[in-house]
Amino acid sequence: MEAKTTVTPVLTKRQLLWKNIKKSKDYYILMAPYSILFLTFTIVPVIMSLGISFSYYNLLEPPHFVGLSNYIKLFLEDDVFIIALKNTLILAVVTGPVSYLMAFLFAWLINELGPKLRSFLTLVFYAPSISGNAFLMWLLIFSGDIHGYANAFMIKWGLIDNPVQWLKDPHYMMLVIIIVQLWLSLGVSFLAFIAGLQSVDKTLYEAGAIDGVKNRWQELWYITLPSMKPQLMFGAVMQITTSLAIAQVSMQLVGFPSVEYAGHTIVTHLIDYGSVRYDLGYASAIATVLFLIMMSTNLFVRKILRKVGD
Amino acid sequence: MKILKRKRKLNRTLGGDIFLFTLLLFFGFFSAYPLIMTASNAFKPLDELFLFPPKLFPRNITLDNFRDLSDLIGNSWVPFSRYFFNTILITVLGTGGHVIIASMAAFPLAKYKFPGRRLFFTLVVYSLMFAPQVTAVPNYIIISGIGLIDNPSAIILPAIASSLGLYLMKQFMSQIPDDLIESAKIDGASEYRIFFQIVMPLVKPAWLTLIILLFQRLWTTDGGSFIFSEQLKPLSYALRQIAQGTIQRAGTIAAVSFIMMIVPVTFFILSQSRVVETFSHSGMK
Repeated sequence: MEAKTTVTPVLTKRQLLWKNIKKSKDYYILMAPYSILFLTFTIVPVIMSLGISFSYYNLLEPPHFVGLSNYIKLFLEDDVFIIALKNTLILAVVTGPVSYLMAFLFAWLINELGPKLRSFLTLVFYAPSISGNAFLMWLLIFSGDIHGYANAFMIKWGLIDNPVQWLKDPHYMMLVIIIVQLWLSLGVSFLAFIAGLQSVDKTLYEAGAIDGVKNRWQELWYITLPSMKPQLMFGAVMQITTSLAIAQVSMQLVGFPSVEYAGHTIVTHLIDYGSVRYDLGYASAIATVLFLIMMSTNLFVRKILRKVGD
Repeated sequence: MKILKRKRKLNRTLGGDIFLFTLLLFFGFFSAYPLIMTASNAFKPLDELFLFPPKLFPRNITLDNFRDLSDLIGNSWVPFSRYFFNTILITVLGTGGHVIIASMAAFPLAKYKFPGRRLFFTLVVYSLMFAPQVTAVPNYIIISGIGLIDNPSAIILPAIASSLGLYLMKQFMSQIPDDLIESAKIDGASEYRIFFQIVMPLVKPAWLTLIILLFQRLWTTDGGSFIFSEQLKPLSYALRQIAQGTIQRAGTIAAVSFIMMIVPVTFFILSQSRVVETFSHSGMK
């Protein structure tokens, strides 16, 4: 007995890990191409962005360290950034939750229909998000002259006397961006909800009815929502990330830069400094702030959603 | 039959049904209207385009807008087929590469335990939490550092590493029964063979999902700041140049938008049920 233990010595933690790694060689080979690309284009850039944000860098000269000055300028001197921050938060607070609820509500209602109607309506709601630049149709709808559909209809119905400059008047820009962004927002989370609802165990509803569930709202709260918590979590991540990154709709509809920066967001500010002014240190500081906002919002909302139905 | 009917109406009232489905109808119209108008404007003659109230469907269907478009394109010094080829190249290599490479990585992540697996997947999930714009600046520096500026790879390579695709593929693969893989192993199949011959055919619905998610991104890419040469520019760039200008070109813009949207939408119509199936495994803890 004693001899045996000395012949096969217990492996140290390190040796065990090494043995495991060697045994998993095939897995690492399979993962290698993706990992290399993922690290190069996603993980390394996040770290680089943080590093560059402490420097002045314009691509032509080598970067030099400037400490926190980009961040100080961002929050204390750059009035446009404060406008962008405010706009981004307004857009996120409105379009994030509203699009999330819309995606769930429509998925839930569609789920009660027959298969044919269900796939048709899924297409109707999902199509805007995959239609490329079809959202430019809203340029025609919100066009500032009397030919714009919104103006023409509102004049006809007597709601307004003169055409409204939807895309040029700072009072209306945010409203237009919100409407169009909501129109575009039923994307992957909507599909996740449709799929999640279809996979809820049907017998749970009957069991619930026996246990005293009286109407569709109780059924929703006590049975449906808890059963599809993982999809709800996934959908939240998608909607939060999208709602904080609004830029395309703003740039294409109200212009870049927009009148009085009324449609300016953190991402358009980032594009301004990154792609127009080539002040990459400053742009990276903007990106880092945005990164922190996105991560903290996501982690916070995830924490709350874990409590749904508990 | 009676029981069946009663079952369907469990916890539902007529009033509630009517209210909720009116809502659905209203928002369905809101969702469809701009797309229908885009499609119908693409086929409207000029005089109908500015008619009020705007007609949902054209009265005299015409291909004038598409003809104008091809005239404008014919005047550009880079042949149109070249833009088209560039977009096809980027889209096919990007989506194809993404499906294969992301699936290869998803397979061990979904089915085996090995050192580093959990850390790697956590990084992927966290990367879903920030938008790609966050990394735009360093990405540009990296891509120019590797010397890929003005090369389609500058668009293709980052797209291949899209994390949403890997995430969905891994979740979908998790539900493949372990027995299937075990028995193949007993028969002496290598991991690579198991992956290509057993796992890949089983996850076809997820392929379609990965394809459609990346397809629409690559199909509409305009090359951004990565591609300078006119003869390397993608279709979306060329079409946008043409459509530039305001309401006077409304017909041409509609024709352009119609071309750009009809391809991904058709693809989704054909693959919808598979795509939805994939998303039933999309859940996050």
